[in-house]
Amino acid sequence: MSTRTIAGQKNLQNINQASADGIGGSPLRPDGTLKVKGEFAYSSDMWHEDMLWGMALRSPHPRANILSVDISEALKLPGVYAVLTHQDIPGSKFYGLEIKDQPALAIDKVRYHGEPIALVAADHPETARRAVKKIKVEYEVLTPIVTEEQCLDPETHGYVHEPHEFKSHGYGNICHEQKLVSGLGVTDEVRALADVIVTGEYEVGMQDQAFLGPESGLAVPAEDGGIDLYIATQWLHVDREQMAPVLGLPEEKVRLTLAGVGGAFGGREDISMQIHACLLAQHTGKPVKIVYARDESFFGHVHRHPAKMRYEHGATRDGKLVFADCRIVLDGGAYASASPAVVGNAASLGHGPYVIPNVKMHAIALYSNNPSCGAMRGFGAVQAAFGYESQMDKLAAELGMDPVELRQLNAMAEGDHMPTGQRIDSPAPVAELLQRVKDMPLPPPLDLENLDIRAVPGALSNTSHGEGIVRGVGYSVGIKNVGFSEGFDDYSTARVRLEVIGGEPVAMVHTAMAEVGQGGVTVHAQIARTELGVEQVTIHPANTEVGSAGSTSASRQTYMTGGAVKLAAEAVKLALITKGRRRYGWTQNDIDLVGGKVVSEADGVLVAMVDLLGDEAIDLTREHHHRPTQPFDKETGQGFGHVQYTFCANRAVVDVDVELGLVKVVELTAVQDVGKALNPLSVVGQIQGGCTQALGLAVMEEIIVKDGKVRNASFTDYLIPTILDTPPIPVEILELPDPNAPYGLRGVGEAPTVSATPSIVAAIRQATGIALNRIPVRPEHLTGTL
Amino acid sequence: MRITFTANGKPVEADDVWEGESLLYVLRERVGLPGSKNACEQGECGSCTVYLDGTPVCSCLVAAGQVQDREVRTVEGLAEENGELGLVQQAFVDAGAVQCGFCTPGLLVQTDALLEKDDQPSDNDIREALSGNLCRCTGYEKIMDAVRLASARKCAGKGHGE
Ligand code: FES
Ligand code: FES
Repeated sequence: MSTRTIAGQKNLQNINQASADGIGGSPLRPDGTLKVKGEFAYSSDMWHEDMLWGMALRSPHPRANILSVDISEALKLPGVYAVLTHQDIPGSKFYGLEIKDQPALAIDKVRYHGEPIALVAADHPETARRAVKKIKVEYEVLTPIVTEEQCLDPETHGYVHEPHEFKSHGYGNICHEQKLVSGLGVTDEVRALADVIVTGEYEVGMQDQAFLGPESGLAVPAEDGGIDLYIATQWLHVDREQMAPVLGLPEEKVRLTLAGVGGAFGGREDISMQIHACLLAQHTGKPVKIVYARDESFFGHVHRHPAKMRYEHGATRDGKLVFADCRIVLDGGAYASASPAVVGNAASLGHGPYVIPNVKMHAIALYSNNPSCGAMRGFGAVQAAFGYESQMDKLAAELGMDPVELRQLNAMAEGDHMPTGQRIDSPAPVAELLQRVKDMPLPPPLDLENLDIRAVPGALSNTSHGEGIVRGVGYSVGIKNVGFSEGFDDYSTARVRLEVIGGEPVAMVHTAMAEVGQGGVTVHAQIARTELGVEQVTIHPANTEVGSAGSTSASRQTYMTGGAVKLAAEAVKLALITKGRRRYGWTQNDIDLVGGKVVSEADGVLVAMVDLLGDEAIDLTREHHHRPTQPFDKETGQGFGHVQYTFCANRAVVDVDVELGLVKVVELTAVQDVGKALNPLSVVGQIQGGCTQALGLAVMEEIIVKDGKVRNASFTDYLIPTILDTPPIPVEILELPDPNAPYGLRGVGEAPTVSATPSIVAAIRQATGIALNRIPVRPEHLTGTL
Repeated sequence: MRITFTANGKPVEADDVWEGESLLYVLRERVGLPGSKNACEQGECGSCTVYLDGTPVCSCLVAAGQVQDREVRTVEGLAEENGELGLVQQAFVDAGAVQCGFCTPGLLVQTDALLEKDDQPSDNDIREALSGNLCRCTGYEKIMDAVRLASARKCAGKGHGE
């Protein structure tokens, strides 16, 4: 038997902190105490007596045929319990989020650097590592297909997948494409209507989610032939849906429980080690733990799509946009992952929060032998925002206008239409957000007299004492959709139970929502408290025993699962009041639950909830579906495709050392409309975190891929912002309710990551006068030593 | 090999330790102290920071054999004797500086060490001291708030006034 608790059980205690804080308050995280004590069980902390360690052999080549795999030497190593290849997979060999094009273990060929080929289970991670090294693979190495030109000319350079495989969405090496035309489109006649035309080509590097908690989990074989997996993920049910067919098991025999998640940002939306750990557990009959090392994490999850974009904008002399034409090429890498949806977002949001009468757009995702790309915070809207916001600055310069005024002049507002034809039917305060961010006080100028060297670019490296530093200020605004789009039946499930425990009414909330750090557990307790008028709320561990909660992504969880908790709590409340009506014959219409009592405004306290409930528990489950959306028309891009839009505006102030090419962001201000801040402390934390990832993309973060090979799979070489790189981030929130959303709320987490990057680049341009069209901006771009 | 050392004031021993194991591995997988986190195991992120004989170190970079007969204090040892949260721990909770929390144990140890040395650090001092600890979630602003709050409470406790 195990001597320590396996899995998240420990994470449940203390979650029923008593607090009067309902929605709109900022109660502290229920899991905060465990987290600061080091007692919160993350997926890499899972432990089971007698467990084995799993590890994968990964391809050193981005494209090769596998001629043979010899596992015999690996199997001979003492302490090795299993070595598996695709031949040992009991069920289907492929899985995928949208297109099932990804083999669980490579079959006959590898398509990207780091693709898993074989698995080992051993009694110590070092034994597993040595065994992996002893597997002999013979390759026929092929020239990888890595550039847009190569991908688009498969006759010459080949196919990443055979022409007839997985072509449900595109053709050749195109994984998916979406076109869009609105107004008159962009023709020579339309161009002639513009006084000024600006064009630009922009490039976005491959960003990594770089969550700190590595991919990890523990698979425990069960007596019924099924399997229990304790896992860090963003969506338990969709993992299970993809896993069960590969494991050759019915879904109900694959049980997932959420283990503590150390950040996600889209990187845990795909399967990483889930299937591998379960396969090894099935074969050995023992619990198997897999924990990625950081380099394996870089190989084992999908990244943000790198993009090449071409934009053309035309405007009248007085600054009114006349047309916009855009082509966005996203490199999706070897497997589809979420590429189709990312393309849909890029196409439909790719012109920004502006009213443009005539629009043309063509967005595509390629299959290539580069690392696979999929979901990351901002999801297709990030790349486009760098393009259209760079264009706005260019246009303003061309017209001699203030860049904020130009944006405000063209800003969309409630009642306007998206280029997809969708009418914006809730507040869209784009111009106001810009005004507010502009009106916030600027930080004081750099004080060269009393310089603290740690405050200048280069900071601790003592590279400069303030000479050669120039300051710049830049603005931006962005748009992001909330929730799943294009006709997807997006829903979430919540179960709420009300009962008397220890003489007090206690609510229990059970959902399958992945708490990845965003604070959903806090908000769910707030909602239950508010709706049920109780103090004590327990959050049940997230698992597959309750219906799907959908993904913790697309800024949708508070909207969707929060909405489901609200519906379930309302149903429980109604059931309780109905019970009272039956028992006591109440006829009032104003009955409510407040402070543990059933009350009527007219007649005061009717009964204490504990007395009405007695020994009975009310336990109800509800689903929350958002209003239906439609797929976009393939050629015109028209359709009611998105549920809700969210907007954020930023101002960046930067100091640039023009001699060294070093940038320090001095301040990054954000103003965002959140509809209703259910928990203002968390909302501000989300906005600040989102801005910081945008800062990373602007000036430092990029997975360097050369000829399909990843060159910097470590935190030594892939740089994410430290506390020294990150400035103060003042945040102002607006609360303009969306009439269609629960409590009027608007998704929060992604908008700042969409909008903040262009403001930083704009500030660097303003400081240096250099036209920057590629992110991240690196020192050599600023010193001209490229 | 067998190693014996003190962890959070208690003697511990681990048998069959392979020479290449890190202190982080021994703490997490052998002695039941998984509070120190494994985010890079290359000394780059600070998530694994522990006190070794009173000095904060990245436990992923310390070979297990090096801790023989020495004293280790981990995040699990930062709480008060009675189990109440320590001052720095409480400040991180109160300031909203914990999101996913994976960076938190390392930050707590490093902040504790900073405030031991200087209980009224300037913002630049804080940023310098915590520059070896990556956090991917918070944007650091609330971490700054937490350290300032801990500093204020510590000074108030000592009668510096707030
Ligand atoms: S795990 Fe030790 S520094 Fe990252
Ligand atoms: S809170 Fe997630 S890494 Fe810091």
